[in-house]
Amino acid sequence: MTLTNYMNRKELLGFLILAAVIFIVLPLALDTFRLNLFGKYLTYAFVAIGLALCWGAGGILSLGQGIFFGLGGYCMAMFLKLEASTPENTAIQSTPGIPDFMDWNQLTALPIWWQPFHSLAFTMLAVVMVPVVFAFIIGFAMFTRRVGGVYFAIITQAFAAILTILIIGQQGYTGGVNGITDLRTLLGWDIRTDEAKNILYFVNGALLFVVLLIAQFVRKSKLGRLLIAMRDQEDRVRFSGYNVANFKIFIFCLGAAFAGVGGAMFTLQVGFMSPTLVGIVPSIEMVIFCAVGGRLSILGAVYGALLVNLAKTTFSEGFPELWLLGLGGLFIAVVMAFPNGLAGLWSEKVEPLLNRLISKTQSAEAANPNKAPAE
Amino acid sequence: MPERFILSVEDLTVSFDGFKAVDHLSFYVEPNECRVIIGPNGAGKTTVLDLICGRTKATGGTVKFKGMNLLDMREDQIVHAGVGRKFQTPSVYEDLSVFENLELSYPKGHGVFGAIFFNQDQVVQDRIQEIAETIFLADQLDEKAAYLSHGQKQWLEIGMLLIQDPELLMLDEPVAGMSVAERKKTAELLNRIIQDRSVIVIEHDMGFVADIATRVTVLHRGEMLSEGSMDHVQNDPKVVEVYLGH
Repeated sequence: MTLTNYMNRKELLGFLILAAVIFIVLPLALDTFRLNLFGKYLTYAFVAIGLALCWGAGGILSLGQGIFFGLGGYCMAMFLKLEASTPENTAIQSTPGIPDFMDWNQLTALPIWWQPFHSLAFTMLAVVMVPVVFAFIIGFAMFTRRVGGVYFAIITQAFAAILTILIIGQQGYTGGVNGITDLRTLLGWDIRTDEAKNILYFVNGALLFVVLLIAQFVRKSKLGRLLIAMRDQEDRVRFSGYNVANFKIFIFCLGAAFAGVGGAMFTLQVGFMSPTLVGIVPSIEMVIFCAVGGRLSILGAVYGALLVNLAKTTFSEGFPELWLLGLGGLFIAVVMAFPNGLAGLWSEKVEPLLNRLISKTQSAEAANPNKAPAE
Repeated sequence: MPERFILSVEDLTVSFDGFKAVDHLSFYVEPNECRVIIGPNGAGKTTVLDLICGRTKATGGTVKFKGMNLLDMREDQIVHAGVGRKFQTPSVYEDLSVFENLELSYPKGHGVFGAIFFNQDQVVQDRIQEIAETIFLADQLDEKAAYLSHGQKQWLEIGMLLIQDPELLMLDEPVAGMSVAERKKTAELLNRIIQDRSVIVIEHDMGFVADIATRVTVLHRGEMLSEGSMDHVQNDPKVVEVYLGH
């Protein structure tokens, strides 16, 4: 794949503008508290990018991306919690050295599956691999049986509900409904200070661009075109000699890996992980971020996540009861009025206007060549 | 002497809720033969193709292609074995360009990672160009398939099969719905591409059938009514009865 195949000039410009917004404009314009808030919004963009590939390109609507966001976030939270639960910090517990919620639930030893999370290397691997393995199991079970469309969406939603119930029910192992809270340091580095929050914001932004570049690579490869072909004519793709299930499993797992990274960055920046971020409602919200941004566009997905979350924060500060209605209304409005979201609005309305303006100035320059400075 | 036939269909049966769409059908296709299947509406012609290419699962019988049992294989495995299928209504990828449609049908990079790292090298591009010229679409390579005319879509789908280079080509009404001019061009195209491979064609246009068929199989209510040369079939009283009797 040559470089121009990978990204044309227009797309490069889009990437550069987004980079400028994330790395220059927002840090200069916002104080640490607000910047951290935007960092949190951007963790949802990881999920939305995955959805743009799965749903926008491949037509696989998952209403359970919260599962993978949550699994990634919980893996990171387990590591941080173990680091925060030193015997000195937990000296007042009946069993010092284990996470506080375990002690409250009469556990006297760290469960065996918590042990590996003492290692940061293992945790980082798990942040990606646990969601991927989970997605592979769901994807393999569904796609090889050719479950698709609405049925797949409903089943993913059921999985999101099941996982929430499981986490809440197993309080001693998971922290229950409160989640895993009171996270302090990462390898001794306090993540609660303003300085740490600023650094984490930039780490998050850099990871987001890694994910964006991977997504762009996949979209521009033959696999990207296959996804579009599968969305429109799944049956026909089989008779072009492709095992459709494998491709669906792959893209679903890739979306899960992105979501897992987002979840881990959420935990690091916000300082906790709880089942309210795993279940049905957040999963549907994530689909809305993607839809508002424009489900065909990976950059649109990032803007969608930013803007919807900004609106959520702004409106729910003023009218907490009305927010969900507003969100629902926004979703309906997007689907009815501009089904390709903000990205569609941009490419259909704004861009032609810009092109007209540019060609006008260019033709004006061409008409008055004397005005142009001599080179 | 199984070597004599490239495709052996024996006792093939499929029933949908008790209705036997294909009933103990047997026929054999030789290498380089062009077999035409004709029959009234609902005779089970399309279903036979669906069974061979794995789109519909058979209730009984066997389908052997070069010694492989196709009934045990997935659609994509059957394609890789060398069976290509053109559908009745043109099925092309409407959101992709003509070039991309042909690219996806090129027989390489069919695994997940093969597809991600698929390299669009000169060989691939030359082959696509060559096929596009054969199917009269060389000037439309960058056009979205959705904007092609009905006839052009049919040609594109034929091109997607050609680039696969199957040993057995199955065509379901390739000239249906075409204008007279398009029909003539397509007949020419088909006459060219059915050389050097075995072909099964479903067609209603008798002039066209007489032109291309090595042998003709007549289906009626899922069963074989008659089989042989075009002359033989046309003079078979059972066939005349089915087509004209009612």
